[in-house]
Amino acid sequence: MDVVKPKNQRSKRALEKRAPKLIENPKTAMFVRGGHISQIVTDVMTDLCKLKRPNAVLYRKKNATRPFEDPTTIEFFSQKSDASLFMYGSHNKKRPHNIVFGRMFDHHLLDMIELGVEQYKPMSSFTSIKSSVGIKPCLIFSGDSFETEPNYAKLKNLLIDFFHGSDVERVDLSSLETVITFTVSDGKIFMRVYHIALKKSGTRTPRVELEEMGPSLDLVLRRTHIASSELFKLATRRPKALKPKKEKNISKDPFGSKLARIHMTRQDMKQLKTRRVKGLKRKRDTAQEEGEGTESSPKRQN
Amino acid sequence: MEAEEESMDVEAILSAHQSKFKSTEVNKEVELQFDLGRLLATDLNEIEAQSLKTKQKDGYLLNLMRDNTQLLINEIWKFPVENNDGGISVQLPSPKTVLPREKPIPKEKEPTKWEQFAQTKGIAKKKRSKMVFDEKSQEWKPRWGYKRINDPKEDWLIEVPDNADPYEDPFEKKSEDRKERIAKNEYQRLRNIARADKSGRVKAPLPPAYAAKLNKHQVTHALGMARKSTASIGKFTPKLSKEPAAKSAGKKSKFRPVVGKKGEERALNLEILKKMSKKTDILDVKKATSKFISDEHEKAHAEKQQGIRKKKNKHVSHKAGKKPVKLMKQKARRKKR
Repeated sequence: MDVVKPKNQRSKRALEKRAPKLIENPKTAMFVRGGHISQIVTDVMTDLCKLKRPNAVLYRKKNATRPFEDPTTIEFFSQKSDASLFMYGSHNKKRPHNIVFGRMFDHHLLDMIELGVEQYKPMSSFTSIKSSVGIKPCLIFSGDSFETEPNYAKLKNLLIDFFHGSDVERVDLSSLETVITFTVSDGKIFMRVYHIALKKSGTRTPRVELEEMGPSLDLVLRRTHIASSELFKLATRRPKALKPKKEKNISKDPFGSKLARIHMTRQDMKQLKTRRVKGLKRKRDTAQEEGEGTESSPKRQN
Repeated sequence: MEAEEESMDVEAILSAHQSKFKSTEVNKEVELQFDLGRLLATDLNEIEAQSLKTKQKDGYLLNLMRDNTQLLINEIWKFPVENNDGGISVQLPSPKTVLPREKPIPKEKEPTKWEQFAQTKGIAKKKRSKMVFDEKSQEWKPRWGYKRINDPKEDWLIEVPDNADPYEDPFEKKSEDRKERIAKNEYQRLRNIARADKSGRVKAPLPPAYAAKLNKHQVTHALGMARKSTASIGKFTPKLSKEPAAKSAGKKSKFRPVVGKKGEERALNLEILKKMSKKTDILDVKKATSKFISDEHEKAHAEKQQGIRKKKNKHVSHKAGKKPVKLMKQKARRKKR
């Protein structure tokens, strides 16, 4: 067990920031370069880092590590920069223009998927408006392989995790300006990023026009490292405190009005306020006769 | 009649107005799946694989994604719109796609010994104010920290009672006592942590994901390494009751005595000289036999492969990466030095 006692307020705050939380902060992604890397992969990494900002750390130096052979280096980096998503790029004869998407749970490798870049157009080659930093992008997955084939299904989950940005309750309609799309067909994955322009349509909903923003990537699936079902289950467990409380005894009828059963305590009949009738009142003189001093107040006693 | 005509008119005007713009309607064979909490749409319709192989693939993808984005936007615009601080926003539903957490769920903190005691006695925690009124200086002073009340540094005089040891320095005693109190507190803190650890509430570290991949031999090897990785090279590592004796891992360097038996050193040196004077490379029997065996294995494997394929793969037998057996003369020379 790791027992670290912070020596000052600043380090205490830093430790608290890193500690596990009930409601988590958006995941940070680190972009790590391998020992040998091609210009294409370098550009892919910088472009994807731009999409991921501000929750991104770009490692400037090369690191001769291979996550599929030994993930300990990546795990160490994850600890260092408190990041749970990573992208690793490399280039060699056997696997040219190689990128690896992966994620961590508790600073240990959860799963990772290796992709080969077949075709790439950088963000700078498109003239469209670029998205603002930190907005939540729309995500679109097209192709039934994302549902039917387990490796692609895992890739979809990983890509959602990587690109979905922060969890928000409300979204500003004007901030819907980027859409990241993935299409799978015949073993190829096409990643395209578009800028959304909302035009008038004559109706309430706007007409959507897209303009390619870049980067544009054609990818192929290579090696995969999928988390064991137990580990994934552990990682996706929801805290009890966040689960919605079960609503009991409340229902709605077809008209939409709320029906509920209420349990009451037994009513105290003695405290019951009834109508006062003049005829039931005791006369003043008889009352004086009956209780001299003993029943001075007209209050009833229980 | 007149009213009907008017309504017809309105419809006509509306349709004329709408026809000026492009439509927001999209027709799909299979409806899209939405997870609006994550602004996510999944399209399961068939994709024209052929058009993705041509040069027009970017245009095809643009059209496909425009339609899908339109459907997503239509879905988002169905929510009630709220106008707040300059922007128009909508409330999103909670996300459906299950994503793993970044870190485990925080564990409830184990109560300390004092907290347990306080609970049994019903002692409620009281909020102590930071500032205290100092009667001496008639000022409000902080309870702790800089310029605190009853600052020991301000005590330049300590009254010594009659029963005190006359040879003892009361200032030193005071600081000594303070140090002791701090040490006691630290000890209790650590004891509380240890207690919490024992109860299992504090999480044990997760084993690395690749640990499951190790086989039996690798695990025993790792275990052996771990046992030895102490300051005393595993001399004091406690053993389990039925633990098998650890196999010797790695070679131990032998140091010969500085002064040996009479002829021993001479014989050794002569042997080295003999090896050096040989013209041919020295044969390492152990290495040579192991190489011979592995070559045999590879040959058998290659033949088996040929049997399966029959066509190609005529020269599979020589795998790259195996070093030829050679014991260089240089090595022997280095030993002598």
